[in-house]
Amino acid sequence: MAMSLSLLFRRCCPKNRQALHRLFSTASTSESSDDADIVISGGGMVGASMACALAYSDSFADKRIVLLEAAPDRGDFHLPKRYSNRTCALSPSTAGLLSSFGAWEEIEMMRSQPVRRMQVWDSCSDSMIAFSQEDMTEPLAWIVENDVILGAIMRRLRQAPNPVDIRFETSAKSFVIPHVSESWEEKSKHPWVKVELGGEKSIYTRLLVGADGSKSAVRAAAKLHTVKWNYEQTAVVATLRLAEAIDNNVAWQRFLPTGPIALLPLSEEFSSLVWTTTPEDAKHLLKLPEESFVDAVNDAYWHERDKNALADKAVDGFSQLLNNIMPGGTAMKQLPPTVTGVEEKSRAAFPLELMHASHYVRPRVALIGDAAHRLHPLAGQGVNLGFGDVECLTRILEQAVAGGSDLGSLNHLLTYETKRQRHNLPVVATIDGLQRLYSTDFTPLVVARSLGLTAVNSLTMFKNLIIQRATA
Amino acid sequence: MFVCRTCRQTVQRVCGQHSATYVQWPSRACVTAGRGSFEQRRGVHNTRVQCQSLRTRLLQNKTNLDVSLTKGAGISASSSLQGSAEENAQKFQRPMAQTTIDEEEVKKFSNLAELWWDEAGEFEALHSMNELRVPLIRDALVNQRQQESEGTVRPSLPLEGFQILDVGSGGGILSEPLARLGALVVGVDASEENIKIAQAHVMHDPKVARNIKYIQATVEDLVGTEEEKFDAVVTSEVVEHVADVPTFVTACCQLVKPGGSIFLTTLNKTYLSYALGVVVAENLLRLVSPGTHDWNKFISPQDLQYILDQNDFSTRLLHGMMYNPLMKRWSWIKNTSVNYAIHAVKAT
Repeated sequence: MAMSLSLLFRRCCPKNRQALHRLFSTASTSESSDDADIVISGGGMVGASMACALAYSDSFADKRIVLLEAAPDRGDFHLPKRYSNRTCALSPSTAGLLSSFGAWEEIEMMRSQPVRRMQVWDSCSDSMIAFSQEDMTEPLAWIVENDVILGAIMRRLRQAPNPVDIRFETSAKSFVIPHVSESWEEKSKHPWVKVELGGEKSIYTRLLVGADGSKSAVRAAAKLHTVKWNYEQTAVVATLRLAEAIDNNVAWQRFLPTGPIALLPLSEEFSSLVWTTTPEDAKHLLKLPEESFVDAVNDAYWHERDKNALADKAVDGFSQLLNNIMPGGTAMKQLPPTVTGVEEKSRAAFPLELMHASHYVRPRVALIGDAAHRLHPLAGQGVNLGFGDVECLTRILEQAVAGGSDLGSLNHLLTYETKRQRHNLPVVATIDGLQRLYSTDFTPLVVARSLGLTAVNSLTMFKNLIIQRATA
Repeated sequence: MFVCRTCRQTVQRVCGQHSATYVQWPSRACVTAGRGSFEQRRGVHNTRVQCQSLRTRLLQNKTNLDVSLTKGAGISASSSLQGSAEENAQKFQRPMAQTTIDEEEVKKFSNLAELWWDEAGEFEALHSMNELRVPLIRDALVNQRQQESEGTVRPSLPLEGFQILDVGSGGGILSEPLARLGALVVGVDASEENIKIAQAHVMHDPKVARNIKYIQATVEDLVGTEEEKFDAVVTSEVVEHVADVPTFVTACCQLVKPGGSIFLTTLNKTYLSYALGVVVAENLLRLVSPGTHDWNKFISPQDLQYILDQNDFSTRLLHGMMYNPLMKRWSWIKNTSVNYAIHAVKAT
């Protein structure tokens, strides 16, 4: 009898100090302002993983973290049978970050497809490049659906030792940032950031992390300047069925003059399509009946209409030369699989732009993920840069806490900005350069890029360096 | 002791009852020659009126001036004035320990009041020095505790249970991180404005505010009552602004518990420190405002160690520090020619 009572008591009592405090606190319901150590605005993949990384970090065991997400709470994630059309290519370093709080194991239990080889070729010539880790044992990347990633992270977030205050269907109406917002001068001049949630509720926080996507409200409130470039291209995504079940671990990308078309493996039978093309073409593709769309995809991969004779000859001669110098150095060109069907209602399109914020931080404000940088999807690097931001910021905040600094202090935020900009800017510039280089069919450029691609294809060391940088 | 601003002769205090109020009087020579000006400083607010009336009375009674100057003892001087005897009797008497403050220095920093907490501003170097100072203090104290006993410490509050005195806390740049790590910090500064700024800055953060106490005082003020009370005394970038270093350091040493630590960071007195610390830092790169540092006041680590030794302290660490103005970061270096830090431990 006594034992069952004590068991009952133990189960009813909150298990940790913070929950106990909330149980016994005398906070009234009319309280309009709240205190937090960190507020993360935006509960997408990057925002949620930031919250998760902080929640599982020892340094933040006694800190109050709040995550604001505009979407409603969908409860525990159930894996749908159909594949989602939005996918990401996660690099090994991202896998490292996700496994640090246990989300990677959740993803592996659900579904993910390793990519062991990547082949990229041109439609204007025969040049190609193939990437793979030596011995084909370590994957270059994993293709995972966005929903799966978010579901896994949220699952781990709910089980975190330091409970994070996740507020669904909450988005900040405005932010009052010290020394920046006009309303700050007029009102209380509180040194912390005030996140106004509407309805007289607000949170005062030491650090505001903006993870709210490329149209970030945090970035606008912090008045951070951005460099923007509209690519005048739209990406069409779809889930495609392959002709036959194969050991689907190769990612195929062909550069057409209108934009690259990429086939990313999802499973033995399905692959995800990301086709970047002109807005008119994209609209046309979305309207096509299923069979015509499949034909269009196959045609995009197999047609030879754009072949440039001069470039072909140049590449032929050059690769013969290379074969004489470095026999066996170049990788062989493989043929992509044929597509036979497209999942219904899986076709969608979204516009593309380049965006990079000149500064990622302000005193008490930091941007991570798409809020700071948005790339062209041709190299699948966008979300990996965001996860890299999360890892860097978490480590820097842990160091700051160990040194007793104020979380919002500019000193360490500038360190984060410097580190990440040093890493991100070359990637952004390279991908932008590649996009521009491959969006023409101007003969000299075609010849130059074909020769260049063929040359790089034969330099295994250089390729390994590229892989290292891309996966770091 | 005070120095006549005009002829630099030392003259004795007149107003002996108001510890924070000090009045600069011209020397007798200057008064008789008709030179010299009366300057008065505001002190603790409730004594301001007294000093004001004292001043006007003295102005009226110039003959009494000579008397007060020669008499010397503060109490007798003021009681020799008309009508102040009963007021003086009520006044609280604190031991006056003003010998190590230099007026000029205190004024210099008060002028920079609003800029204290701008991390990219005037005090950028001090803010980034926390990267070196805080881990130094934190690690030394944590090691000290580990050697003494095996207590359970919360990992996010490594300095919990320690009492630290931050002498010359200024705007609280060093006091706040130490308090955030769990220590109970008493921040002491001679300038009232600095104390006000520090207090105003910390009041918004309740977690930190309950661990810090700011007092406008000098180290000597604490000696009578707080001897051997602190686990650690920290004087960072203060020794080079002090008029009488041995007295100052001795007073700091007296406040440390046996077995406790003292941490000092200051500049060395070498040709290199003149070149880099004064000429380059102040005039060329403008890292600090010109006139902040007086090379004559710099002290070499050997001299400092000697003073510490005399006070029963043994040096545990003497290390140089270097500021990289391009990266705006400090780093530890072996060479102590310019900036250095000393950690010494009191004998038990």
